[in-house]
Amino acid sequence: MSLELENVVKLAHDGLTSSLPGWAAAAIEYVLVGVLLLALYCVLALILIFLERKICARFQCRLGPNRVGPWGSLQLIADMVKILLKEIVKISKSDKLLYYVAIFLAIIGSFCTFGALQFGKGLACIDFNVGIFYILAISSLGVIGILLAGWSSNNKYTLIGAMRSGAQLISYELSAGISILTMVILAGSLNISDIINGQENAWFIFQAPLPALIAFIIYLIAGHAETNRGPFDLPEAESELTAGYHTEYSGIQYGFFYLAEYLNMFIIAGVATTVFLGGWQPFHIHADWASGFNHVMDYIPSYIWFLGKAFSLVLLSLWVRWTFPRLRIDQLLHLEWKILMPISLLNMLVMAVWVLIF
Amino acid sequence: MKKTKDIISSVASGLTVEEQQYPTITVEPKQWRKLAEKLKANGLDVLLNLTGIDYKDCLGVIYHLTSSIEKNTMVVVKVKTPDYEDIAIPSVYDLWESANLYEREAYDFYGIKFVNHPDLRRIFLRADWNGYPFRKDYDANPALNPIPLVNQTVDDMEDMPTLSFDKEGKLITKHHQLFENGEYVVNIGPQHPATHGVLHLRVSLDGEIIKKVDPNFGYIHRGIEKMCESKTYPQILQLTERLDYLSGTMNRHAFCLCCEKALGLEIPKRAEAVRIIFDELTRIASHLLGWGCMCMDMGSITAFIYGMRDREKIMDIFEETGGGRLMVGYNVIGGLANDIHPKFIDQVKEFIPYMRKMLKEYHILFTNNPIAKGRMEKMGILSMDKAVSLGVTGPSGRASGWACDVRKIEPYAGYDKIDFEQVLFETGDTFDRYLIRLKEIEQSLKIIEQLINNLPDDGFKAKTPAIIKLPAGEYYQRVENARGDFGVYINSTGDKNPYRVKFRSPCMTLISALDPLCQNEKIADLIMIGASLDYVIPCADR
Repeated sequence: MSLELENVVKLAHDGLTSSLPGWAAAAIEYVLVGVLLLALYCVLALILIFLERKICARFQCRLGPNRVGPWGSLQLIADMVKILLKEIVKISKSDKLLYYVAIFLAIIGSFCTFGALQFGKGLACIDFNVGIFYILAISSLGVIGILLAGWSSNNKYTLIGAMRSGAQLISYELSAGISILTMVILAGSLNISDIINGQENAWFIFQAPLPALIAFIIYLIAGHAETNRGPFDLPEAESELTAGYHTEYSGIQYGFFYLAEYLNMFIIAGVATTVFLGGWQPFHIHADWASGFNHVMDYIPSYIWFLGKAFSLVLLSLWVRWTFPRLRIDQLLHLEWKILMPISLLNMLVMAVWVLIF
Repeated sequence: MKKTKDIISSVASGLTVEEQQYPTITVEPKQWRKLAEKLKANGLDVLLNLTGIDYKDCLGVIYHLTSSIEKNTMVVVKVKTPDYEDIAIPSVYDLWESANLYEREAYDFYGIKFVNHPDLRRIFLRADWNGYPFRKDYDANPALNPIPLVNQTVDDMEDMPTLSFDKEGKLITKHHQLFENGEYVVNIGPQHPATHGVLHLRVSLDGEIIKKVDPNFGYIHRGIEKMCESKTYPQILQLTERLDYLSGTMNRHAFCLCCEKALGLEIPKRAEAVRIIFDELTRIASHLLGWGCMCMDMGSITAFIYGMRDREKIMDIFEETGGGRLMVGYNVIGGLANDIHPKFIDQVKEFIPYMRKMLKEYHILFTNNPIAKGRMEKMGILSMDKAVSLGVTGPSGRASGWACDVRKIEPYAGYDKIDFEQVLFETGDTFDRYLIRLKEIEQSLKIIEQLINNLPDDGFKAKTPAIIKLPAGEYYQRVENARGDFGVYINSTGDKNPYRVKFRSPCMTLISALDPLCQNEKIADLIMIGASLDYVIPCADR
């Protein structure tokens, strides 16, 4: 009696290893996991785009897409087909190699980070002792893609957009990284499984309320900035730079940037969920009288918990995006280097002391 | 008008002064420079309008000068060249900065050579255009100016000629370059989401910091003033709305007033009141769009849609009564095209409290937002002196503290009987220019409220002749449109077509303020400052 997918995964693994030699089973599993992840990546992107369009329409007193399919849900499929069929415009004076490599760097960075998330109990593709470090490292690959895209397009708008983006992403990476390190101090491990298991009784945000909350807020701000979304959407500030670094891309190439951007939003929410809100762990109250409540919470499958938390954070990010105006580049850097960064460093110290005392 | 007389008596000894609508001094080019300096010293610090004109035996320039302090002060100076050959007139760009673009325009259309002007490029037409289109003997044969079918570089936009006299009194041309070699120049526009129309800005950048902005006009130049010369007066009304399409009603009102003044028509009180209501509704609609676009340019798309949502209500009111939405086409010479719709009064009464409520929402959503404030405060400061010199009127001028509301300084169409305030700010930064629009909406609502409850009932249109012919003479009418001081100059020879029509565009001076405001600011602020000036390109290009 369980809605968990853990058993399905185990069953598949056992079935494969018992009927095939080890190397063949492993090969098939690699391919299967890759395909499943890719499918999940695309489906999530579609859901996110649909959600964003519907939700932002509600914020703006509009209806959003409502003609194609029920509640306009097929609009996305139509848009996806359109973007796949569009001509890929070749820019004659661009740096060809970098121009094509850039998109893949952006999407690989995003996809590899996505793959490291744990979506539910037993639903982890890679799980090794420096998991969270890996996430931080591989997600930075995207910025190289953006810089190369801006540079190789041979366009002044894209170049300014890319330079802004470089400055922005690299700066905000620091706060995001330090916030996560703060939580690593609390968890005592870089392993994602350990981090999640450490939150079985209480999510980290409740285990050390003050420093964890500060780290959580800083991580949300920094993460929001890393995804290049308003109020931090300077790299693609359409009123100044038309579309920023991806001005010259068309068709599916543009689609890749678009996809990566949306998924990055989810990834940031996913990492925040994992590190601060207990990952796929259900909400438990650590007290004797609450065992009935805890049991009910356990009944909800772990992947629903994970997705639910992650989507709540995504909703928060949409809300912020559609409310605030854009910052200017110097204000953006001021916010990071003079406010967020010192606070998060101090916060890390507080967390260390906290861990020593309690 | 005493003040004007004092000025005239102190400067115009030995010159011909005509008492027309405004005192008019006629001089030769040689006398002009000295007279200009005297006029400036006597407090006429605004060059409101500069009109080139072809008198068939010579060319002329008409300067409308006014004061930024004294109400009801206006002096007109006509400078006539001796003949068609010797057409050099000294430039006055250093006395009134607004002359910079105005003189370029007169040069472009009439070929009048402004001596010592630092940047005598053609403003609307291409540098290699043959002929001067506003001259009466212009040959419009398309073969003379074929349409180029291949890509061309924009380098010829950068060569700035200056005319000056050499020692022997001969005109010589010196050339200098707009941008130095190696400057990082970015083209913003003409096709760009944030220039609010087809404006082409050449921006020289140092990283993110702006060194120089050079606006390029003419991408939507339709030659409206030239078209007016071959159209009848009722036909011209349609063209006025297409200048600044966001304050079309007010432009049309200005032209009607000018014709009515010339014809000596007395229009019904009801028509007068409804015209004001329409003007103020248009002003609200325009300010809402201006507010929304400014918010959008700062990245807040939600605010833009809020503005559009409420503007839609005004458009619906217009549609019900006038038939049109953006170009209402409601004012005609002598009154209104038809009486108001039975629902009109109720709709307007419903709208006033709604708009007041929404204004509060705007302040919550955007005005008090720390990011918005941080972006706008202390940015792009336009001092009052600069505003006066550049001729930046309207909300942008009033944000700098210049009391330039034509409804107050030269009341027209019954505005003097209405109780409202002229909103003034002091610093002249972007935040003031932002806030003043929302404050003016409140004042407009107040005006409408006073009129809507007791509309007179004396018909909507005065009797006009079947064919409208203005008596020979010159007429000038100023109105306050949503962007500033809009002026209509009509020179009539008594025919059914005007001899020359000139529209004083508030937007052109607004655009000329971009360069001084944006220097040493970031590129993101260029867009925001441009939006805060709220210019409409078809108004500047005409």
